[in-house]
Amino acid sequence: MSTEWEGLAPQTDEGAQELQTRELVFSGGVWPEGDSMIVNMGPQHPSTHGVLRVMLELEGEDVLRAKPIIGYLHTGMEKTGEELTYVQGATNVTRMDYASPIANELVFSMAVERLLDLEVPPRAVWIRMMMAELDRMASHLLFQATNGMDIGALSMMLYGWREREEVLRLMEEVTGLRMNHNYVRPGGVAADLPDGWHDRTLEVLDLVERGITQYDLLLTANPIWLERMVGVGTITRTQALALGATGPILRSTGFPWDLRKAQPYLAYDDVDFDVIYTENGDCFDRYRIRLYEIAESVKIVRQCLERIPDGDYRTDDLKVTPPPRERIDESMEALIHHFKLFTEGFRVPAGETYVPIESPRGEIGCYLVADGTGKPARLHIRGPSFYNLQTMSPMMEGGLIADGVAVISSVDPIMGEVDR
Amino acid sequence: MPDDATPTAEEARETVHEPAGESDQGPDAAIDGSIDEVADAVAERFQGVAVRSHGQPVVYVDRGVWRDVAASLRDDERFTQCVDVTAVDHVADVERAVPDGVSPKRFEVVANFLSHARNRRLRVIAQVAADDAEIASLTDLYPGVDFAEREVYDLMGIAFEGHPDLTRILMPDDWVGFPLRKDDPPGHVPVTFKGDPTPR
Repeated sequence: MSTEWEGLAPQTDEGAQELQTRELVFSGGVWPEGDSMIVNMGPQHPSTHGVLRVMLELEGEDVLRAKPIIGYLHTGMEKTGEELTYVQGATNVTRMDYASPIANELVFSMAVERLLDLEVPPRAVWIRMMMAELDRMASHLLFQATNGMDIGALSMMLYGWREREEVLRLMEEVTGLRMNHNYVRPGGVAADLPDGWHDRTLEVLDLVERGITQYDLLLTANPIWLERMVGVGTITRTQALALGATGPILRSTGFPWDLRKAQPYLAYDDVDFDVIYTENGDCFDRYRIRLYEIAESVKIVRQCLERIPDGDYRTDDLKVTPPPRERIDESMEALIHHFKLFTEGFRVPAGETYVPIESPRGEIGCYLVADGTGKPARLHIRGPSFYNLQTMSPMMEGGLIADGVAVISSVDPIMGEVDR
Repeated sequence: MPDDATPTAEEARETVHEPAGESDQGPDAAIDGSIDEVADAVAERFQGVAVRSHGQPVVYVDRGVWRDVAASLRDDERFTQCVDVTAVDHVADVERAVPDGVSPKRFEVVANFLSHARNRRLRVIAQVAADDAEIASLTDLYPGVDFAEREVYDLMGIAFEGHPDLTRILMPDDWVGFPLRKDDPPGHVPVTFKGDPTPR
């Protein structure tokens, strides 16, 4: 690049330059027609949701090819899972999809319970369902916040985070932690619901409902929002099915597939809710589905509040459940039992199973192989984000690079789960 | 983007479908045969063994017919998705208990198929020996297993023949070894810090 400085006026008395005839000449030549270039987006990029790297082949502003490159957050959690006992396992898996930890704990616990042929008491089932739906609300609210930020509706980030924080606060009261709860464990849940949970939950539900009504008013009809989202990043039903997409991405293509309805687990066949789906398969539809799914989750939690049964919050099978706190004070055997359970864990008979459930992002599955010892022989989590990420290529290709950000956001990948 | 593609606020809310009726996604009653019959038929056709594992149908097949089984499931039995491909290392218990008629090898490659029309799942397992850790790729039948097969290759060292881009996916490209194998113990690579004089 060369610069012509000849016509530049001398410095004025004030010390400022008077720019009149300054001319910048780009001497690199014209970009050749039909030539493409490779640009790496990420892994350090604010809108790639962590450490996702997308390799883009660009011709001008148009994306010719897009390839997601992952592994920057790989921490070997499946390997770690083989080193931890079944009691400790939930602590590990809850850190995979950190935006919806309950779904991870739930799928792991259900897999262990299936290998043990263990029945969970009804109250535990309903608590799990309620927590799973609160978790779904928190996750979709986080999506609303980050999606708004990525598209440029910056105030949405604050609003989404505000409501999500209320949900997380409630979950903290129940589980003890804002995130990575380790609340759902093989055999039931870690603790019963705290005093006053009923009223607190109602409060939070009202807040969330008010919040999503506001988002709907703010965004759904907003012309700028529509310009940025409608018809952007489209994917067909055939593509979504072929690429293994599940959850809101599959439902946005007119395929109403939700494991909560199709293959009910917990008590989902006892509660009334709807599966939201749309026909267009674009970013706007994925946004709408997630928004209205929050309302469905609120509906489910309200039914849980009314119908949650009394009883034990964990199984009375002494092989997996520690003795009650009072027994430990008065019985040596109970103390030994407690100690053994938390140091050695319990043994699971040899076998293998695959348990799928519907996480906020789609089908999360746990393939668990037990060899009769106290630790899993193999713990594999089928992360929905891992598969959904593959749909990013057909969504981005043929679009503009500016729409790539909208696409990444609408896929809603959680890299902790992708890389595990 | 043409202006007429932009929906109004009312349209935007109306085109969201709810509820999804039972008929929209329930199992298709028109399909004959239970999932057990399908498993038995697959086992018979490909000389495999069909068993039930904790209530789930599982078919053990020879790895030579791996791709044919998937093609048959996709084209004849309406298994729309291959939801997951993974592998298990049984190095410590190669002589483990397996169903009659299956000769156990070190690795098991596991694929989970889902038929939306039937609303049923089927798991297919093939035995792969350590000295010839290779199996056919399913990417041309189910493109979604692309990442999954790369992950199995990366972490278990099982090659998928016919995969268009069989490279490491989670580990660095120059990594030596396959971390999820049982003989690759955790912690055997010392943690090094920046400026640490000891070579890695």
